[in-house]
Amino acid sequence: MENKKIRVLIAKPGLDGHDRGAKVIARALRDAGMEVIYTGLRQTPEQIVETAIQEDVNVIGLSILSGAHTHLFPRIMELLKKENIDDIIVIGGGVIPEEDIPELKKAGIAAIFTPGTDTRDTVKFIQENVK
Amino acid sequence: MINKEAINKIKEKRRDWEEGTLKKTLDRFPERKKVFVTGSGKEIERLYCPEDISSLDYEKDLSFPGEYPYTRGVQPTMYRGRFWTMRQYAGFGTAEESNQRYKYLLEQGQTGLSVAFDLPTQIGYDSDHNMSLGEVGKVGVAIDSLKDMEILFDGIPLDKVSTSMTINAPAGVLLAMYIAVAEKQGVSPDRLKGTIQNDVLKEYIARGTYIFPPAPSMRLITNIFEFCFNEMPRWNTISISGYHIREAGSTAIQEVAFTLADGIAYVDAAIKIGLKVDDFAPRLSFFFNAHNDLLEEVAKFRAARRLWAKIMKERFGAKNAKSMMLRFHTQTAGCTLTAQQPDNNIVRVAIQALSAVLGGTQSLHTNSRDEALALPAEDSVRIALRTQQVIAYESGVTETVDPLAGSYHIENLTNEIEEKAMEYITKIDNLGGVSPAIEKGFIQQEIQNSAYQYQKNIEEGSRVVVGVNKFKIQESAPKGLLKVDPEVGRRQVEKLSKLKSERNDKEVKENLELLKKAANTDKNLMPIILQCVKSYATLGEICDVLRNVFGEYKESVKL
Repeated sequence: MENKKIRVLIAKPGLDGHDRGAKVIARALRDAGMEVIYTGLRQTPEQIVETAIQEDVNVIGLSILSGAHTHLFPRIMELLKKENIDDIIVIGGGVIPEEDIPELKKAGIAAIFTPGTDTRDTVKFIQENVK
Repeated sequence: MINKEAINKIKEKRRDWEEGTLKKTLDRFPERKKVFVTGSGKEIERLYCPEDISSLDYEKDLSFPGEYPYTRGVQPTMYRGRFWTMRQYAGFGTAEESNQRYKYLLEQGQTGLSVAFDLPTQIGYDSDHNMSLGEVGKVGVAIDSLKDMEILFDGIPLDKVSTSMTINAPAGVLLAMYIAVAEKQGVSPDRLKGTIQNDVLKEYIARGTYIFPPAPSMRLITNIFEFCFNEMPRWNTISISGYHIREAGSTAIQEVAFTLADGIAYVDAAIKIGLKVDDFAPRLSFFFNAHNDLLEEVAKFRAARRLWAKIMKERFGAKNAKSMMLRFHTQTAGCTLTAQQPDNNIVRVAIQALSAVLGGTQSLHTNSRDEALALPAEDSVRIALRTQQVIAYESGVTETVDPLAGSYHIENLTNEIEEKAMEYITKIDNLGGVSPAIEKGFIQQEIQNSAYQYQKNIEEGSRVVVGVNKFKIQESAPKGLLKVDPEVGRRQVEKLSKLKSERNDKEVKENLELLKKAANTDKNLMPIILQCVKSYATLGEICDVLRNVFGEYKESVKL
């Protein structure tokens, strides 16, 4: 059985410039044996989806602290749907109010990791959910 | 400070203590850990004694408050003369809503204003730009034009209140708007007091709201130094920031080192375009973080003051005392506040604020308990302000200057932070300065490594975060959080249409054309920016002209 590395895209959608968390997660996932591509700042939904396809990732991790997740996350899910992609797991993290999470999950986000999350929990989630 | 003989005697007695009294206790009660560290992870000794500051020379290293090297404070009377300015960073939604919050805060006793702009504004996009979707008014107030600025300061007398504006890449534009609003109030620019953050280097390093590449950005910044020297003598032209560098995960030493290195780069840039150091340096200001470890933070502030004074005197030959004084604003560390059990954050902020006061800050923002969850709710920001007021009026630490001076631990740590920060500055010098260091990713890598280590320590348990990896409880979703009106974006877009239909479009076009021409020369851009702003050119229109001339910065993604 082939033991392929899990490929993860860590992305910063929108104008938010806080990248400490994104970089810490990226490194933690690498340390856990995954292949991680980090997009850097100021990514549009279109750019994120394009990169995810190009890099053939299993997971997209979206990091956002600006409150713009309500617009940007569903937009990204919409674009993935348009491309007929249903096998990429999309997770999110940052400053995302509890009450916004149900809507995001309805849009197709698999999990939201809020402040205080242990990186090991994120690693575990990915390992358990990537087929 | 103490004579060598006395120090050696105490050293001997200390050995006796270690081998006697201490050993007896350790044999029965080992210490909690094998190694004790400061908040930044530096090893800290069990006890500090006179020997640990044996080389300290009072006159040379400490001196007196208001005298070189300003270790003990930049003003002779410090808080006995006047408390630090209580200046809460605030802003959200529309100018109308933010104006309300500013009036509330002033009523509650804050003594200066601090404007938080939304991300589109910070990055020079109007509210109707594609990149602004979902972002308008979310992290600060949306300002698209002078019209919004007029509303923001409606009923606020700009000759009586000082205002700090957290704006970087488009700082010149917002400064011009502020000047224009003041003029309408009958207040001339030379009477205005305040600050613009205007620190692009830390945007590249740690904060991310850059627009243009380094060279044109420096041009804009030094234009502002020159303009303010001539027109606005009471205005702080820059707030050279370490706060964000620390928030990105750096240690205390790195915070001082990279901030002062940025400062050096700005002084170099200004001198290069022909400004005299004593002309612009007195109006440089700084902005630091107040993190968890109270003692380390106090030492950090003192070390920063002494190191900057030396740099200004020895490296740049400054003669004016004001050029050597490091004046700073402080904000308590947002990154330490938790979403879990948010009321605990009130305690954290109190301790952090105390460190800033013991460290001699000129101005202070205290975070609200809901920092990890949302922008401050009204009652949360009131508690944050009260925290400062309790320290000022009830704690007693303000009644004497630099009370922790002479502490063996504090002076030892002040020395060490200064020394280690200087090592970093030398390293950066050897790389060619801050700009090459950023290009090579050196500064970013150092910060990332510290940030990763910090997280690992939390997950391993060596760093305890109360409520997160220890003393957890089952919690329900927090109530009463501030929600930004989701209609803000739409309302701003409407306002923009209305503005564009009412203004003199021909005049705007002409002014933008003049701006474009001027941007292609090395003229000071502030006068033409002011002209554009007064004709109600929007922030986005002005920045688009500059984008077309200067280009846009491309982040070198380094992980």
